[in-house]
Amino acid sequence: MAGNRVGVVGIGQTHHRAARKDVSMAGLVREAAIEALEDAGMTWSDIDAVVIGKAPDMFEGVAMPELYLADALGAVGKPMMRVHTAGSVGGSTSIVAAKLVAAGIHERVLTVAYEKQSESNATWGLSVPMPFAAPLVAGAGGYFAPLIRAYMYRSGAPRHIGHLVAVKDRLAALRNPKAHLHLPDIDLKTVEESFLLWDPLRYLDVCPSSDGAMAMVMGSEKVADASEGSVAWIHGMAMRSEPTMFARRDQINPQAGKDCAKDVYAQAGITNPRDDFDCAEVYVPFSWYEPMWLENLGFCAEGDGWKLTEAGATAPTGDIPWNPSGGVLSSNPIGASGMVRFGEAAQQVRRRAGDYQVELKTGKALGHAYGGGSQFFSMWVVGSEKPA
Amino acid sequence: MAEPLVEPHVLDYPGGYTRSVGPVIGRFLTGLRDGRIEAVRLADGRVLVPPTEYDPSTSAPVAADGAHWIEVGPRGTVQTFTWVAQPRAGKHGLTKPFAFALIRPDGADTALLHMVDCASADGIRVGSRVAPRWRAERTGHITDIEAWIPLGDGEEPEPAPLHVPAEEEQPVTGITSPSRLEYRLTAGQATARYLEGLGEGKIIGGRAPSSSDVYAASRGTDPITGDATSIEVEVQDSGVITTFCVVNIPGLSELAPEVPFVSAQILLDGANNTFFGLIRGADVDEVHMGMRVKAKWADELKPDHTSILWWEPSGEPDEEYDRYKDYL
Amino acid sequence: MRDVAVISFVQSAVARDFEHNEVEMLVPTLHAAIAESGIAKNDLGFVCSGSLDYLQGGPFAFVSGLDAVGCWPPMRESHVEMDSAWALYEAWVAIQTGEVDSALVYGFGKSSPGDLHEMMTLQYDPYYVAPLWPSMVDVAALQARAYLEASGRDEEEFAEVAARAQRNGRSNPYAVRAGDVSAKDVLAQPRTHDPLRDADIAPITDGTAAVVLAAGDLARSVCERPAWIRGIEHRIEAHGLGVRDLATSESTKLAATAAGVANGRVDIAELHAQFSHEELMLAEALGLNGSTTINPSGGPLASNPVMSAGLIRIGEVARRITSGDAQRGVAHATSGPCLQQNLVCVLEGDS
Repeated sequence: MAGNRVGVVGIGQTHHRAARKDVSMAGLVREAAIEALEDAGMTWSDIDAVVIGKAPDMFEGVAMPELYLADALGAVGKPMMRVHTAGSVGGSTSIVAAKLVAAGIHERVLTVAYEKQSESNATWGLSVPMPFAAPLVAGAGGYFAPLIRAYMYRSGAPRHIGHLVAVKDRLAALRNPKAHLHLPDIDLKTVEESFLLWDPLRYLDVCPSSDGAMAMVMGSEKVADASEGSVAWIHGMAMRSEPTMFARRDQINPQAGKDCAKDVYAQAGITNPRDDFDCAEVYVPFSWYEPMWLENLGFCAEGDGWKLTEAGATAPTGDIPWNPSGGVLSSNPIGASGMVRFGEAAQQVRRRAGDYQVELKTGKALGHAYGGGSQFFSMWVVGSEKPA
Repeated sequence: MAEPLVEPHVLDYPGGYTRSVGPVIGRFLTGLRDGRIEAVRLADGRVLVPPTEYDPSTSAPVAADGAHWIEVGPRGTVQTFTWVAQPRAGKHGLTKPFAFALIRPDGADTALLHMVDCASADGIRVGSRVAPRWRAERTGHITDIEAWIPLGDGEEPEPAPLHVPAEEEQPVTGITSPSRLEYRLTAGQATARYLEGLGEGKIIGGRAPSSSDVYAASRGTDPITGDATSIEVEVQDSGVITTFCVVNIPGLSELAPEVPFVSAQILLDGANNTFFGLIRGADVDEVHMGMRVKAKWADELKPDHTSILWWEPSGEPDEEYDRYKDYL
Repeated sequence: MRDVAVISFVQSAVARDFEHNEVEMLVPTLHAAIAESGIAKNDLGFVCSGSLDYLQGGPFAFVSGLDAVGCWPPMRESHVEMDSAWALYEAWVAIQTGEVDSALVYGFGKSSPGDLHEMMTLQYDPYYVAPLWPSMVDVAALQARAYLEASGRDEEEFAEVAARAQRNGRSNPYAVRAGDVSAKDVLAQPRTHDPLRDADIAPITDGTAAVVLAAGDLARSVCERPAWIRGIEHRIEAHGLGVRDLATSESTKLAATAAGVANGRVDIAELHAQFSHEELMLAEALGLNGSTTINPSGGPLASNPVMSAGLIRIGEVARRITSGDAQRGVAHATSGPCLQQNLVCVLEGDS
């Protein structure tokens, strides 16, 4: 990782719900921010800068909400920024905040990502019809379902693989009090019987629409060393983007994802992700993206992702738990989800994941986010120990 | 190409945004519904109106209950103003010219932004004394005050008409906010040319001089290089389904056909990119990767997307996987 | 801190572009900025842009900008939903970490398709203010009058700013409003948004801008006279208009002090003043005296491509340093109602 060492010294998140009608937008972000500050043993006056991230403004109908949220987030008199990189935004926001510390510009940075999409409607927000563009008659899942079919064809994966992930992640979420979906009765049968939305995706293969916020406090090495709580040290962070569409684009195993992983692994000294990580929090909004991302992220050879899933390797009891928090399939406040992945990875290496804590052997975890037409990727590697 | 292609566009979440306000804003709005302006005394003694959830100086939370809540006004003093000579229909609550002003209610240390209904720009100045004109029917919204009006010397403000609570009325927890924005959007030259081509029964693509890749319905650039696709190439109206899904969700859009229907990624002959198209003329169970399709043109061609109704099987033998494997 | 310089700057602006979409507007700007930098596109370490989905009328609209970059092979790339001056800040930070040595920064936006002034109302307090629909100009006018009251200045001084902007704009090929205008001409106009007149309000503009940043030796190897960023800082104020002192720009003062504006003479200053009174307020906040040439480009009152205008201020100072016309200058960018948030950048050439 370039620059000075950075530690995540405080983490907080809201109870993610279909609709947080009990709070305003400011109330929502505050809930996460306060929890992160208290976790860090800090108050508002300790923070040097604030970086927020969220997906399109149209979801809440507030343009450039950092302006309105300055007071709520203790940013008055300080630097404040707002990142927007579509679905990967929670991850890229975390990285922008961390770089402020890595560059030696600030000692303590608060970063928050959120979405209060119940104020409008996520389906509407994801497919506002625009003139001149071909009308989107298939909805958001209609973009990804064909890619999943192509993956199944290329890899020979049997049809039930996605359903295994749908069950695994929702069962994991039962141990996460902050998760939106708690579906104790979910099993393979209920997923297979759920409505077939976009063949091959069934209703239970798809993430929910959630309101929620995530917050972290990043500290310099000096700040982190003085911290009373446990620290997640950033061992590597990377972002890569590629165009939405171009000749011969591999949309199923995007190059930008592979390059991003290669970069972050090189920074963190990861040579075999399956062995070198204790777990991974990966952006899987449709169940089939687990096997697809297992390949994209180098956890197995191309075409073998579904085998890992089928073998139970990614289950909480497997050798490489994926999304022990329940993942995006259990909570999806769109603008926050990437930061939730980054933050949950950090909680694991801090041993603060409560009932869904995985056993730490290497003390390293991967946080991952993606967005747009599988074109924006942000990732980080965090560890219990300082990087070399 | 004669006229630049510009189309109207409306961005409007149907019904308006449903905003939950939280207890602090909720309390202030409930006060408005009752015909009362409330403020909060902050830790430093400043009286803040309208109450925000967090102290602007310290970020400390403002509690929704407590002795720090006090009534202010109803009279207020104009701190600054401007004149709105052309009210915006459907947005401003007044249809004749009015002033926007920052008004400091008596007893408060801060000002709130609102409208002042006075006959002309001469009827308001910094220091003017004003009082709220309350709506008779109030819901718990900043517009429960319809506007403020100038108050003469010694004049008493009209009290708010009594609010009769509905049965089991609760404190205000939310507002609905309409938000309609209108645009006239430009297609751009590449898209305009493509749509024009549809009107002529052709599928126009583009190629950048620096590459041999042809982009059907090019948006203007070769995305790999960022170079303009300045060379026009006509692409065939036939191609292959590289992959697809079957949509079972009814009513996704006005243009969607009855479910189930197939939305497919199509690689046209002569093009190096895919795009989504509707498939008809085949049972959804018959559709498969590699199936060759042909455009079904509308009887009446127009320079827009209605010219191609859908894509249907051409009856040709399937495309070999190797020919389209790079386009999944 | 690493030495980072602006080594190329390109902009484009027209009053209303009906022919080209945002991508088509961006292509020549990006190509020229990259060519001018002397660094090959695929050698650029990082790409960062600033734009506003609301200007384009739809969510995720910013993604289209990438088509003009040619983001292949995959690049380190990010985006802020803010004026691209803040994208430049993010890129500067990335270079400071040492991860990269160069960055392409760009901004784009068309103000003409929508109603910009009404659209900006969506920035304001969603519960107490936005439902009343005060426009961007309405709130600026509130500040203008508050400033008149507190400062003792008068409308003639506003008119002088407005007139000078248009006169300076005559030498700016990207000005959409320029001419041999006097303060008297301006005062003869009616007040459209009392106390503001049309000339006091930035014109609607469609445009783009791009800057290439490079660190230390790389900058020196490709640019004869790099414009070094000696300080770059930004600060935000409380949101409520009724809570702030609208007659002073506190956050600009804070940013200016932190950026070290006063550490040397300021030959030129490019201020992101979309209204006449803002220029006066910002000059005060920056501590500028009569020895500084303000907005030699004409500033936003001559050309105001929203989301690029702040970046353009930085570019305009940088190019005058690179050409040798100035040794040290200050660029300012703003965001939000009534100068709520401000960024100050100090640039200097080699002595």
